[in-house]
Amino acid sequence: MKFIKIDKESWAKGLERLDDSFRLFGPVKQDKFHNFKELDKGELPDLSLLNTRLSPKSVVYPQSEVMFEYTLDENKEDHHILKEIDKDYSPRAVIGIRPCDAKAFLVVKPNFDAPEYKDPYWIKSYEATTFVGYACDTPCSTCFCTPAGCGPFHEEGLDLLLVDTNDHYLIKVITEKGENFLSAAGWGAEVDADAASDQIETMRHTAEAKITSRVSTDELKDKNITDLFEASFWEEAAFACINCGTCTYACPTCWCFDIQDETYGYYGIRMRNWDSCMYPLFTLHGSGHNPRDTKIQRVRQRFMHKLKYYVDKYENGIQCVGCGRCIRLCPVNIDIRRVCELMNSYGG
Amino acid sequence: MSAYIDKIKEISNRLLKESKVDMVIGFRKGTVPMMNEPCFAKTPQDVDNFVWDSNCGINLANYLTNREEKIGIIAKGCDSRNIVTHIIENKIKRDRLVIIGVPCKAMIDRHKIETMFETEIQDVIEADDKIIVKGDGFEKTLNKSDVLQENCAICIHRNPVKHDEVVGDPVEEQKDVDRYEDVRKIEAMPPEEKWRYFDDLISACIRCYACRNACPLCYCHTCFVDESRPQWVGKSQDPIDTRTFHFLRAYHCSGRCTDCGACERACPMGIKVRRFTKKLEKDCLDLFGWEAGMTLEERPPLDTYRSDDPDEFIK
Amino acid sequence: MEVDDFILIEQSSMVNSKRGIKVQNPYLPYPVRIDEIITETEDKNLKTFKLVFINPDDEEKFAYKAGQFAELSVAGKGEIPIGIASSPTEKGFLMFTVNKVGLVTSYLHAMKAGDIMGIRGPMGNWYPWDIMEGKNVVIIGGGFAFTTLRSSIVYMLDPANRPKFNELHVIYGARTPGMLLYKDELAEWEKRDDMNMHITVDATDDPDWKYNIGFVPTITDQEAPPGDADTYAIVCGPPIMIKFTQPVLDKLNYSNDHIIMSLEMRMKCGIGICGRCNIGKEFVCKDGPVFTLDQLNMMPKEY
Repeated sequence: MKFIKIDKESWAKGLERLDDSFRLFGPVKQDKFHNFKELDKGELPDLSLLNTRLSPKSVVYPQSEVMFEYTLDENKEDHHILKEIDKDYSPRAVIGIRPCDAKAFLVVKPNFDAPEYKDPYWIKSYEATTFVGYACDTPCSTCFCTPAGCGPFHEEGLDLLLVDTNDHYLIKVITEKGENFLSAAGWGAEVDADAASDQIETMRHTAEAKITSRVSTDELKDKNITDLFEASFWEEAAFACINCGTCTYACPTCWCFDIQDETYGYYGIRMRNWDSCMYPLFTLHGSGHNPRDTKIQRVRQRFMHKLKYYVDKYENGIQCVGCGRCIRLCPVNIDIRRVCELMNSYGG
Repeated sequence: MSAYIDKIKEISNRLLKESKVDMVIGFRKGTVPMMNEPCFAKTPQDVDNFVWDSNCGINLANYLTNREEKIGIIAKGCDSRNIVTHIIENKIKRDRLVIIGVPCKAMIDRHKIETMFETEIQDVIEADDKIIVKGDGFEKTLNKSDVLQENCAICIHRNPVKHDEVVGDPVEEQKDVDRYEDVRKIEAMPPEEKWRYFDDLISACIRCYACRNACPLCYCHTCFVDESRPQWVGKSQDPIDTRTFHFLRAYHCSGRCTDCGACERACPMGIKVRRFTKKLEKDCLDLFGWEAGMTLEERPPLDTYRSDDPDEFIK
Repeated sequence: MEVDDFILIEQSSMVNSKRGIKVQNPYLPYPVRIDEIITETEDKNLKTFKLVFINPDDEEKFAYKAGQFAELSVAGKGEIPIGIASSPTEKGFLMFTVNKVGLVTSYLHAMKAGDIMGIRGPMGNWYPWDIMEGKNVVIIGGGFAFTTLRSSIVYMLDPANRPKFNELHVIYGARTPGMLLYKDELAEWEKRDDMNMHITVDATDDPDWKYNIGFVPTITDQEAPPGDADTYAIVCGPPIMIKFTQPVLDKLNYSNDHIIMSLEMRMKCGIGICGRCNIGKEFVCKDGPVFTLDQLNMMPKEY
């Protein structure tokens, strides 16, 4: 295992050098809160954050993404035929991503990169991205990454782990992709691995101890799907929900999308946009029938998907990394930790 | 406040026990600071969970739409005005409701308080007119009056306009508040500046529709943004579509909006959604002398015609 | 082998066959030309579209089985999932019968022969042809849900395939004679002696109507063979027909793993990614649309 130590001055210089070979994304404070955005030349990621308001999933999977274009002009030979468009899949790096958000990409991977079908947009973007994680020593009271199978120093999904030791950064090299990123930055001051590893371990323990949210997920896989589906607690659990899309849009592991055509005169595009299982339109049939017509059905779908269907389908844990965004942002205080406990303890 | 909650529980229990209602809609303590969760009580045990404090800003009228049960509902001034609007618009029947009025002492602005601190707020306690904010290694006392929801700070209808039960004596209504200072500032802008102002205002919008869905007025079965035939509004992040959504939604609320602040409170991106609705609220007041939800006896100005309706704006 | 196992195995073979072909972008439709449009029903709400691939190589890539569906793509309007009504044994074209309900289908109904559109697929699983080999097959259909059943009948009646199946029974009903799909073919099938054809309508005042009058469940009760290990029923129709046919099949001793159904859902991607068409953990577009009643009974009732 390789560890690099850099002072904060060479951090800035290295990022400047990386500008030539990578598109850099990082947290930036816009108005009142942080969000990930593509950094302008010379712009530094602002690492003074707890976490970003929205998850960085949009770096790989934008809220709106053009898939194809076409012309409706019948005088053109290829009218009404959809064409792929050129997209920028040059190397990009997301700097300062929290370990929970990085793990989230692995949680959604089985959906976009399934044995039978491959989503080319997600896969190409994902493969083009280097994940430079930022170890989290200030977890929030809404964080439950550890019970969700993740953690403030979790390395799954990261290529590099950046640890802030106040006077300098320690970087743990996790993958070859991470190694390449380091050489492009020109950071090479290798340090004694044992000492660095010990220091990081100590910090990790301190950070993990700060996570006080307890959520049990151990019983979920043994529950019967239809029992949980028909459980009596859904009416009460769903009551406050207003069926907005805040939880789904803020969530790093919500992946659902809609496909839409838009035209501007003869020019047209087919695009996809994030969608939400909270919206009635999500499942409305052309006939008017809607299998999830009521609020309770839609709320149940969201939690059953994350905490039961996903668990059963992929045997990859829950579809949640415990980032706590949905808890902090829900306008009516629906708390996934509470619903998870109801599900996990259902039926004794 | 503690007197209020005792009274809320007493009334709720009585209504349930006497089968006057099937459920009471109120708030239970939230799982994060400055949030309470709307909930229903069908039993005395459920009633025990009820809370009342300065974090009950969500408009509970939103939970009445098209319900059939006999319902007791806890209502601040603004909630009661939206209940009136619901009754006028046939979204709930008056005889199915027992309105438990709460003379409102104003709600605090969680977005504002959150942005006052660099680190996480872990606990917020209320004591008289003080708000004590605690986090890892800090504690700060704020004056409640400095951190009110903006709509509460300028509210002139804190007492419920209609109620069947009431949990306390009326509070004194605010007088001489300037309700439309911000609107006048925008009105005074030249068109280009106004346009830029609105573009900046909604630049963070993620089209999650929390503002719409938190609003008791937005009960349309199919909202215009969801129509596909014809499709009025695109579904992407195109700023034209985002603008269209906010402008049209505001117009759809004109003459109906009570400035309850639910939209702004709900927005996960901190957008000042009321900047749109308040202009129309002001116009309704200026043009028709109308304030929404004050009476069951009169139809709102935009669904009635009177020969003396102002028409100077028709050119 | 049980039917449950069958669907899993069939799917994995689909996976393998797909791996042989390099699918670049599963969202990109193959361009097709509308070759012919046939108005099927008296209310003119159902039209059959015969589509021809613009690039002849695409037809081979689109190798399908009876019971699968495809996304029809109209540039500028969007896509709709529609069951394939043609049979894999019919070469040179694809056939879809489309009910006019929404944005895309209404536009499609106004299109004309020669127009260019797109098609993605084939998608989903299919009726369990391997396991039904050597067995009796009872096809029960109602209304416009007869499309993939037509595909299935044509497939089984193909001279190369007919010997693979034992008795073939078809019960097909519509509200009125004018609402039946594929009327010419129905009449031909009636004349055949290697299948038992039972056409029915809910009601008619046509004095020349020579077939059954009665609801599909009633005709099923009268005409379907009793259930046994060697008899499979494929049921497709409106929810009300399915609701009343199920007890009839129970009465006739069909076991739940011998009752095969095809479901409909709102879909977008058609390949199990966009997330909307799930029933429990199954995606109707990818894990279905064909399920046995046994499988459905283990899934949440949310369809």
